[in-house]
Amino acid sequence: MTISSVFDIGLVVLILTIGASTIVVREAFAAVIGFVVYGLLLAIAWVRLSAVDVALTEAAIGGGMTGMLMLGAVARLRFAKGTDARTSLPVRLAVGILCALVAAGLAIAVLSPPEVIPTLAPMVMENLAQSGLGNPVAGVLFVYRALDTLLEKVVLILALLGVWSLAPDRVWGGIPGLRVYAQPSSTLTFLAQLLPPVGIVVAIYMCWVGAKEPGGAFQGGTVLAAMWLLVMIAGLKNVPSISRPWLRLLLVVGPAIFLAIGLAGMVLANAFLDYPSGYAKALIVAIEFSLTLSIGVALGLLAAGPPERVRQP
Amino acid sequence: MKLAFDIFTISVVSAGAFFFLAGTVGLLRFPDSLTRLHALTKVDNLGLGLIVLGLLPQTNGLFGGLKLVSIWLLVQLSGAIVTQLIAGAVRQHGPHG
Repeated sequence: MTISSVFDIGLVVLILTIGASTIVVREAFAAVIGFVVYGLLLAIAWVRLSAVDVALTEAAIGGGMTGMLMLGAVARLRFAKGTDARTSLPVRLAVGILCALVAAGLAIAVLSPPEVIPTLAPMVMENLAQSGLGNPVAGVLFVYRALDTLLEKVVLILALLGVWSLAPDRVWGGIPGLRVYAQPSSTLTFLAQLLPPVGIVVAIYMCWVGAKEPGGAFQGGTVLAAMWLLVMIAGLKNVPSISRPWLRLLLVVGPAIFLAIGLAGMVLANAFLDYPSGYAKALIVAIEFSLTLSIGVALGLLAAGPPERVRQP
Repeated sequence: MKLAFDIFTISVVSAGAFFFLAGTVGLLRFPDSLTRLHALTKVDNLGLGLIVLGLLPQTNGLFGGLKLVSIWLLVQLSGAIVTQLIAGAVRQHGPHG
């Protein structure tokens, strides 16, 4: 047994233990912290599987962003007067059985792979050069499965609409209820002044390098969202009301440009979401940059939550 | 030369791992929030610092090294500030607030 397989087995045991502990602990806060750790450990597992793109997304979205959303939910639950009524035994039994069935199905699928694993990877690598991209993951996302990627970004906006629709009518179009800790000259203010310039450069770098190496719009957008949230939480910039035109524009600019380039492909190239030959890389980079902006704004607003106050006159 | 670099890497990264271990033991064993935070700062500063230092000879070129050092600096910055914020919250609201 080599040292790396010892490491891998240790990693798997850790992931399983943390996964079990998030289910077993009674307190919601501890469960969320467990979930964040679980996300970071999964990211290491993806690195071990040489899927660095997935690892970056898992660390940013699975560990960071989802963790923050859930911490927000826990904080809200703490203030809400919860009913302590336990769900009835048949319901719990049904949930347990359904979960066990799903887990068993997944286990069967994973444990009995076909003899020859069907793969399109060699075809992707053969034709990747035509797109001018160096990162096969970006190639699959923006050339071969561009429709999936487009829909994925639209889903993000739909999710945001879902959050916004929780707002009561009288505060519709108002300011999201992000908790702000504005204290002048605190360490948080210092961090919110020092980190964003660095973070913005990192986000642009991640987006740019995504064409050649692991990285991309989602990873860059998450970093942007984090920087924006940091500035808002420290009270350096006000949380904008959701009816601001610039905000709505930034939200849709990425998917809109993606869609426009896709439609142009019907005229200039052969099909919807096809790129004219020779311009593929330039167009993909343009899409990636606008998507990074939109994803950043969408994730930031998702974390900020539904509107809770009307705009100050 | 390669061997010397490798020996340097192994010994310095091991020293870094030792600080990670010590910090984790401190986190588990120390009695209250402030001392536990104190244990964690050792991990950020010395543990990660030594691991980055040990990995520097293994990087390909200047940019790889610069990335490693900037990761260390960023972790130092966020670690120090988050420690301050947690300690401030503990002082204001007590350890269970």
